[in-house]
Amino acid sequence: MQRDWVAKSLAGVLLGLGLAFGCSGLLARMLGSLPLPMRAQLSMWIVPPIWLTVAGLVFLFRTGRRAWAWLGVANAVVFGAFLLLRHH
Amino acid sequence: MRSEVIRIYKIVHTWTGILAGMALFIAFYAGALTMFKPELEEWASPPSAAASASIAEAPALLAHAFRTDPDAAKALRLSLAPAPVDRIAWRVSEPGADDHDELSVRHFTVTASGVTEVPRTHIGELIDVLHRVVGLPVDGDETRLFMGVIAALYGLAILSGLIILLPSLVKDLFAFRVGKNLKRMWLDAHNVVGLFSLPFHVVMAITATVFAFHDGIYAVQDRMIHDGKLAVAFQRSTPPNPKPRDPATMLPPAEIIAKVTTVAPEFEPTMLEYLQATGPRASVRVWGDDPRGLGFRPLGGFALVDPYSGKMISTDFLPGHGTKASSFLTAIFALHFGTYGGGLVKWGYFLLGLLGAWLFYSGNLLWIETRRKKAKKTDPSLPHQPRNTRLMASATVGICLGAVAGISVAIVSSKWLPGHVADPNAWTRALYYAVFFASIAWSFARGGSRALVDMLRVAAVATFAIPATSLGGALVPSLGPWMRHDAIGVDLTALVLGLVFLRIARAARKRAHDGPRDSVWAIDLRAPVSS
Repeated sequence: MQRDWVAKSLAGVLLGLGLAFGCSGLLARMLGSLPLPMRAQLSMWIVPPIWLTVAGLVFLFRTGRRAWAWLGVANAVVFGAFLLLRHH
Repeated sequence: MRSEVIRIYKIVHTWTGILAGMALFIAFYAGALTMFKPELEEWASPPSAAASASIAEAPALLAHAFRTDPDAAKALRLSLAPAPVDRIAWRVSEPGADDHDELSVRHFTVTASGVTEVPRTHIGELIDVLHRVVGLPVDGDETRLFMGVIAALYGLAILSGLIILLPSLVKDLFAFRVGKNLKRMWLDAHNVVGLFSLPFHVVMAITATVFAFHDGIYAVQDRMIHDGKLAVAFQRSTPPNPKPRDPATMLPPAEIIAKVTTVAPEFEPTMLEYLQATGPRASVRVWGDDPRGLGFRPLGGFALVDPYSGKMISTDFLPGHGTKASSFLTAIFALHFGTYGGGLVKWGYFLLGLLGAWLFYSGNLLWIETRRKKAKKTDPSLPHQPRNTRLMASATVGICLGAVAGISVAIVSSKWLPGHVADPNAWTRALYYAVFFASIAWSFARGGSRALVDMLRVAAVATFAIPATSLGGALVPSLGPWMRHDAIGVDLTALVLGLVFLRIARAARKRAHDGPRDSVWAIDLRAPVSS
């Protein structure tokens, strides 16, 4: 369990950051009616809370491998949605 | 599974806490004091004798400053307070100085004969920098990166601490077990303070992480989300070949203020901040307070006005006149700075800040206590305490109390130094670090138990020197310092804090002599130094 802490921490810090950026992209799309300076500030503010929450909760995964797999899938889903929304 | 999860989060909490704890202690102690930054600077400023130019004379003097000084044209602040000597101020660009480097702001007075520099204390700013970059000397890109790492570790410490506490929350929360088991008592106190100030700490961890990393986050998002349009949207870029504008054609301050007060009659303007005054995107932020609204910054909120046409550019951050989105952002800033609800909230934040500092200090104590080697009942000889706990005791005492004593010494010096040295602000900062590092060295040399009592006494004396300086100045004016009745709150608060330090020193001394012998906090009777 403890030997996985490096893998888990890295998953939380790196994939958590990716997930936070992906979510901020989705938020920016959803706030499309707001003027850009406001939309940009709100989407910036959403990044640290998501990042820190994922980086903190990552130790709930049973193994480092699971953490990478689940967070990897979450990243793919969020970025996929972001790219889909970009062109509509 | 469950106990396993708790075990892992105990490790996470321990290590994030140990890595970030002492930096956070400094950030919180200094941050608590910044709640009264204007009062501190008032305390350290001599009562003004010279009268400044009236606001009616401002337009000509502003135009002169904008035309002759590129730094002034970049950003200039015009104070509207009744009779400030230093009516206008701007940041003088020094090579390598950062945008956040408020220590390079110089203050000027405008009189009919022109613009002259007014030496001004930076004591509030010095403490604010210690707060913003967790004890480091300069607020720049690298130090902010360090601070951001500390803030992120702090966020993880909060989350892991909460997870550890959750299963036994109901059982532990209202149980404050005073008694023989000292570790249990410290742990209960740590849990209660942590849990009841949880919202405050969540706000601080998130906002501090944003303050550290926002430039980097914006840079990534600009490419990923905003198609590179942020520089224009935030008005950071200027069109090529800008035609310089003549600042003499600007509206006078009184007319700019009138534009804002017609929109918001309850708004009380305190300062005008001119940005890019001679550029094509010239704007002026009319800062001020609305007693009923939220403050975006400690200065309050602002309306953005075009100083040439008088056109209102934005009321997003004017208290009570924002949009839903801007009001939300204002609320986040107000939650960090405590700029809502007036004096009561200011004092509340002051106390929460001090309690926060105590929280990190007690975290280190618990780390030491957990690793304590207890004497066996059957064996009368004292076990040696582990080396790492002795070092941690010295580091905790030296760093935390060094910062406390250093800040008090810096405050005192800001009233004695002017007139005696060329650059009082540089001396004040040097004195802070001299005390800080001397305290660390002393603490490692003497050992934690002795240094704790010593440093608490030093901190008490240094803090008592704050009201003593004012009192001395009032009784014997030839000494140099002065007493300001409008800043008497600083003197009284220092008096109370000094008494608190003395009280803790007495308790620490008692523990060192009469407490359990098998502890790093006991004075080791076998050691060569006698107390």
